[in-house]
Amino acid sequence: MLGRTADGALLIRLAGAWRLSGGLPDTAPVERELAATPAPREVNFETSELEEWDSALVTFLLRVTERSRGRGIDVDRSGLPAGAQRLLTLAEAVAEKEDARAAQADASLLERIGSRTISAGTSLTEMLAFLGDATLTFGRLLGGGVRFRRSDLLLLIQQVGAEALGIVSLICFLVGLILAFVGAAQLQQFGATIYVANLVGVAMVRDVGALMAAIVMAGRSGAAFAAELGSMKVTQEIDALTTMGISPLEFLVVPRIVALASMMPLLCLYADFLGILGGAFIGITMLDLSVVTYAQQTIEAVTLGHLLGGMFKAFVYGILIALAGCLRGLQATTSSSGVGIATTSAVVTSIVFVISACGLFAVVFYALGL
Amino acid sequence: MPGDAHIIVRDLTMAYGDFVLMRDLDFRVERGDIFVIMGGSGCGKSTLLRHLIGLNEPAKGEIFYGRENFTSADRARRVELLRSVGVLYQSGALWSSMTLAENVALPLQEFTDLRPAQIREVASLKLSLVGLRGFEDYYPYQISGGMQKRAGLARAIALDPEVLFFDEPSAGLDPISSKRLDDLILELRESMGATVVVVTHELASIFAIGTNSIFLDPETRTMIASGPPLELRDRSQDPKVREFLRRGRIGGMEEVA
Ligand SMILES: Nc1ncnc2c1ncn2[C@@H]1O[C@H](COP(=O)(O)OP(=O)(O)OP(=O)(O)O)[C@@H](O)[C@H]1O
Ligand SMILES: [Mg+2]
Repeated sequence: MLGRTADGALLIRLAGAWRLSGGLPDTAPVERELAATPAPREVNFETSELEEWDSALVTFLLRVTERSRGRGIDVDRSGLPAGAQRLLTLAEAVAEKEDARAAQADASLLERIGSRTISAGTSLTEMLAFLGDATLTFGRLLGGGVRFRRSDLLLLIQQVGAEALGIVSLICFLVGLILAFVGAAQLQQFGATIYVANLVGVAMVRDVGALMAAIVMAGRSGAAFAAELGSMKVTQEIDALTTMGISPLEFLVVPRIVALASMMPLLCLYADFLGILGGAFIGITMLDLSVVTYAQQTIEAVTLGHLLGGMFKAFVYGILIALAGCLRGLQATTSSSGVGIATTSAVVTSIVFVISACGLFAVVFYALGL
Repeated sequence: MPGDAHIIVRDLTMAYGDFVLMRDLDFRVERGDIFVIMGGSGCGKSTLLRHLIGLNEPAKGEIFYGRENFTSADRARRVELLRSVGVLYQSGALWSSMTLAENVALPLQEFTDLRPAQIREVASLKLSLVGLRGFEDYYPYQISGGMQKRAGLARAIALDPEVLFFDEPSAGLDPISSKRLDDLILELRESMGATVVVVTHELASIFAIGTNSIFLDPETRTMIASGPPLELRDRSQDPKVREFLRRGRIGGMEEVA
C-alpha cells in the first residue's frame, strides 16, 4: 500500500503477514513511485496493521532501502518494528567487499568462451607439467632415490589387484559370452562355428581383455585415487607433506602408478582367461563343441605374441589410469564438491586416455605387422 | 636493529589471481618471538601463513629466513630451509591413513638416520609431550578434534623445529583446552627455544603469549599496526586496533554501530 504524505514523503504502509512461505513481494510499484516526478523527499513506513513477519520483510526493506539510497532519497526507518530495524542495521554493518562480488559477476558469452579457452590451455599445460614431473620422479625411482612407504604400496597392490578380481571376472566372462554369441550367429551361416574359439580367443587376448580390465580399473581405482588425493587436499594433508619437504609426487603418486602398472598385466591375463571361458561356455552349451576341441582351437589361434602384446597394453593403460586419477585428485579444489568433480573427471580422463591409447596401439601394431 | 631477525617479510603483496588480498606487508620476526598475526575473519591471515611456508607464491615482495632469500630459492633449497619449520594447520591435517605414531614418525624416518625402534621411541615421547601418551596406535578419526590438534602439534615438533607456525591453534576448542594449548606452546617455546608465529583470534591467547604482533586490516588491505599486543592495546593510535584488542570484536560490526 503506497501513498504520499502532505510533505512529499513516500509512505509505505505494510499490512498483513510477511512470510517467506508466501513468497517475496515485488518492489516494482515502490520503484515506480521512487522514479516518479516530483521524486519523494523521503521514504516512511507505517506498520500498525503488520501482523507477523520474517526475512521476507527484511529482504524487501533492504531492497527498497538500496533503491532509494541509489536515487539519493532518505529512508526513515523509525516506523518499522524494532526487530526489523536491528536486522537491517546488522545487514548493512559490514561494507561489501567490492571485488569479492565482482569476481563472480555474470560474464558475457564472449568472455566465457575466452576464459574457457584460456583455462583449457592452462589445464593442458598443467597436465604436461605433471607428466614431466612424474617422469622425472620415475627417473629417480630407478636410481633408488624415491621415498614412499612399502606398506602403502602393498596395501595399494591389494586394493587394485586382488580386490578387483570379482568385478573383472564378471565383466570379462560376460564380454567373452557376448563375443561368442555375436560371432556364432555370423559363423553359423558358413557352418564354421568352431572358429568362434579363434574369434573370442584372439579378440580377448589381443585387445578386449586389456581394454575391459582398463575400463573397470578406471572406474574403480582411477576414481578412488582422485577421491583419496582430493580429500587429502581438502584436509591439508598434502600441504603438510609439502612443507615437510616430502614430495606428494613421490609419496603418493609413485606407489599408485607402480601398483596399477604392475597389477594391470596380471589382471589382463586373468581377464583373457575369463573371456575365453565365457566363449567356451557358449561353444559348449550352444554350439555342441567339446571342451577339448574348443581348448585346442583356442591354443592354436592365440600366439604368445598376442598374449604379450595384450599385457603390454594393459601395463600402459595402468600407468595412464593412475596418472589421470592422481592428476585430477591433486588438481581438486579444496571443497567436498571439488572432490566430487575431481572423481568424475578422473574417470572421464582415464577412459579418454585409455581409448586413445588403444587406437594408437591398433595403428602401431598394424604398422609393425604384429 | 636489536636481536637477530628470524623471518623478514619485505614489501609483500598477496593475491589470488586479480584479487589483491593484502599489500605492502613489511615486518620482521625476531628469534624467540611469539609473533601473533591478528585481523578479522577472511582478511588473509591463513594466506599470509601459507606464503611464509611457501605454499603460495607472493604476487610481489620477498620473504627471508635469516639472511637467506626464501622467495627466490629453488625447490631443493626451500625444502632444506623448511626442515627447521614445524606447522600446525587450522584443521590438524594429520595423515588420515596413518596412526598417530606413524604420523609423528614419518618426518623422523624421512630426515633422520634413526633405527625404527628409536623412531618409535621418539614418536612416543613427542606424543606424551602433548598429553597423548598411550594413543600411539589410534587413527586420527578415532580421537577428538582437540586431540587431533595436539597430535598435529606433536608432528609439528617431531624434528625439533626452530620455527613453529600455528594457524588458529585454539579454534574449536573449549576455553580450558585452549588455555592448556597456550601453556603447551609457551612451554615448548621455553624448552626448545623456538620462534613461534601464530594466527589467532583469541584475545586471551594474544595477551597471554604474544611478544610481538601485526594487525591486518581488510579495508585498507594492509597491516595497520605492529608491536607487542599489550602495547598496541594501550597505546595504538588506530581505533580499529584498540577496539579489536579491547573488546575482541571481529569484523566491522562494532565500528559502524
Ligand atoms: N584458494 C583461494 N582462491 C581464491 N580466494 C581465496 C582462496 N583461499 C582464500 N581466498 C580468499 O582469501 C581471503 C582470505 O582467506 P584466509 O583463509 O587467508 O582468511 P583468514 O584471515 O585466515 O580468515 P579466518 O580467520 O576466517 O581463518 C578470503 O576472503 C577468501 O575469499
Ligand atoms: Mg584462517
